[in-house]
Amino acid sequence: MSPVATSDRAALAVTGITKRYGERTALRDVSFEIASGELVAVIGPNGAGKTTLLSILAGIASADAGSVSCPPRDVGWVPQQPAVYSKLSVRENLRLFARLERVADVDAAVARMLAQADLADRAGDEVGRLSGGNKQRVNIAVGLLAEPRVVLLDEPSSSLDPRQRERLWGFIGELASRGTTVVYSTHNVQEAERYADRVLVLADGELLFTGSPRELESTADRYSTGGDFEAAFVRFLHERGH
Amino acid sequence: MRWLLLKDLQILRRSPLLVVLLIVYPIVISLLIGFALSGGPSKPKIAVLNEIPTNQRTFDLGGRAVNADEYTARLFGSIDPTFVHTRADALKLVRDGRVLAAVILPADITEKLASGTQQATIEIAYNGEDAVKQRYVESVIRSRIADVNAALSKRFEQITVRYINLLLDGGSLNVFGRDLQVLGLTNAKKILDGAIASLPGGSPLRPALGQVDRFAAIAIQNLGASGAVLQSVSEPVRAQATNVAGSRRTPLDSYAVAVAVTVSLMFLTVLLASGLLALEREEHAFTRLVRGLVSRLGLLLEKIGLAALCSFTVTFGMVLALGAFFVELDWGRLPLWIVALAAGGIAFAAMGVAIGGVARELRAASLLAFLLALPVAFLALVPSGAVSSGLYDVVNGISAIFPFKPTLQALDAALNAGQRSIVGPLLHLLAVAVGYTVIARIALRRFG
Repeated sequence: MSPVATSDRAALAVTGITKRYGERTALRDVSFEIASGELVAVIGPNGAGKTTLLSILAGIASADAGSVSCPPRDVGWVPQQPAVYSKLSVRENLRLFARLERVADVDAAVARMLAQADLADRAGDEVGRLSGGNKQRVNIAVGLLAEPRVVLLDEPSSSLDPRQRERLWGFIGELASRGTTVVYSTHNVQEAERYADRVLVLADGELLFTGSPRELESTADRYSTGGDFEAAFVRFLHERGH
Repeated sequence: MRWLLLKDLQILRRSPLLVVLLIVYPIVISLLIGFALSGGPSKPKIAVLNEIPTNQRTFDLGGRAVNADEYTARLFGSIDPTFVHTRADALKLVRDGRVLAAVILPADITEKLASGTQQATIEIAYNGEDAVKQRYVESVIRSRIADVNAALSKRFEQITVRYINLLLDGGSLNVFGRDLQVLGLTNAKKILDGAIASLPGGSPLRPALGQVDRFAAIAIQNLGASGAVLQSVSEPVRAQATNVAGSRRTPLDSYAVAVAVTVSLMFLTVLLASGLLALEREEHAFTRLVRGLVSRLGLLLEKIGLAALCSFTVTFGMVLALGAFFVELDWGRLPLWIVALAAGGIAFAAMGVAIGGVARELRAASLLAFLLALPVAFLALVPSGAVSSGLYDVVNGISAIFPFKPTLQALDAALNAGQRSIVGPLLHLLAVAVGYTVIARIALRRFG
């Protein structure tokens, strides 16, 4: 997972995104680029604008200013809560969304995602009867049905136990290794440190930092945090007035 | 959109309890309303003590035998009588609440009726614990007594007319078992005219007999008109029914079918449409769907279409079953039933998605649908004249913004042949459907 981001190889370029809700500015002039196959974590305190940023990239919300290079149809979207139908089976959910995505070969896409998400043996089970981890895998599988170049995941591990989380990150890591650009938001700073090639630090709608976790740690080392990434991150925000 | 439609049908198929409740509940409610409308109130249970001795139940009225049982049967026509043998039993039943009232026919009632000079009295004992029931029973008994009085008045009128005719034309009159011949005014006048004609021209008796003759002429003339006078006295007001709202009278059963089916259509469609839309948010699928997979308007139209289709199927089946087994319907108007049910279903479904869009949560949507549906139905059923004209205008104005009243009008026009056109209610439903779809579309802005 080498953190490389150049304009030539950018899978996703965001330029001057601004979003306001009345008087409040949720995002202020946010710009960045993400390369193909890169795994990027968006971190920041509550209300930083992480979900707003991902919603704009996914095409759910519109920006007041700025642009996104990738059209929403080319972006796979995995919301925080499993956005699948609990009364339908895993296969029926995949088939439904494959049809709605107008995937050329629906059966092949469903079989591929069942295999990729390791859900083939649960294909006939109603989603409502699955564990939280398996539901989240179905959720991600639906987001990947159309084989998007970029996948956005909003806090994908928030409702999972440590074992399920481990399996989830293994699955996401495989995606990135196959060339899919993955952008995810998280509250868990350790997950960003451990799995991301690059982190974007947002606070109060401002992009404060973009670079590898190691670079963030180096920056934080200046504040003598003794190598504790989370403490360094908190100190970093504090030093910048957040 | 068809994949979403199939998905929703699949979800419904896997929720049998919900589907059964959605179908059975509105049908039961609507049938109860239908029966209440067409059946009218049940007969009140009333204790009856008939103290008239069996041998006195036939009495003489103006020389003709009258059977009291014939009139008491009329009195009991609108009640469920419980016959008792003593006054104490009758009062006890009332006191214990086993009957709503007791009617006591005293032994001397036939004697007083036969006298023609005394007023007969019926005693009625009420249980005053429930004012509503007491009022209802009083109303029923007074109405029956009025019927009996009217029947007896008619009898008295016939007897009086017979005596007047006897006075006019003469004839036989039975007094204490002996037949007496009555001359009659007409015959008396003829005799008098003959007597006057036979008198000499200057007879002093002529002026006096002339006065008697003129009196006889005036009496004949006026007594001749007494029949009509007596009729107008015995029945001063007569009811003649005229329908000013159209050339037809809607049969109560057909109207009850229209009400029952409209209530079913409303509950089923509104609950289904609001629930289906709110479910998309509950399952967190809404944001995934509207980011390019389906438009927000497309999603609304899919829910409207599905809810309208399901409710149409159920209510159309209901009309067919009611028409086949319970109520006489004009099967030639079947295409109009289809149009009315489809238009009503679409309008109710649009209202449902507006509720689902505003409420956002499944439980809140269902609750709001219930809370709105019942008053909407009751308001639409308020008849003119039941409230003041100002309040009725307000009620009409409120009813106009909901699909219940135009659906009922459309279905009534479809089921019953008449002058009222179905086009007006259909256009009304179209406007209501568009209005609610717009509200739902606006509500979807903050739905995700």
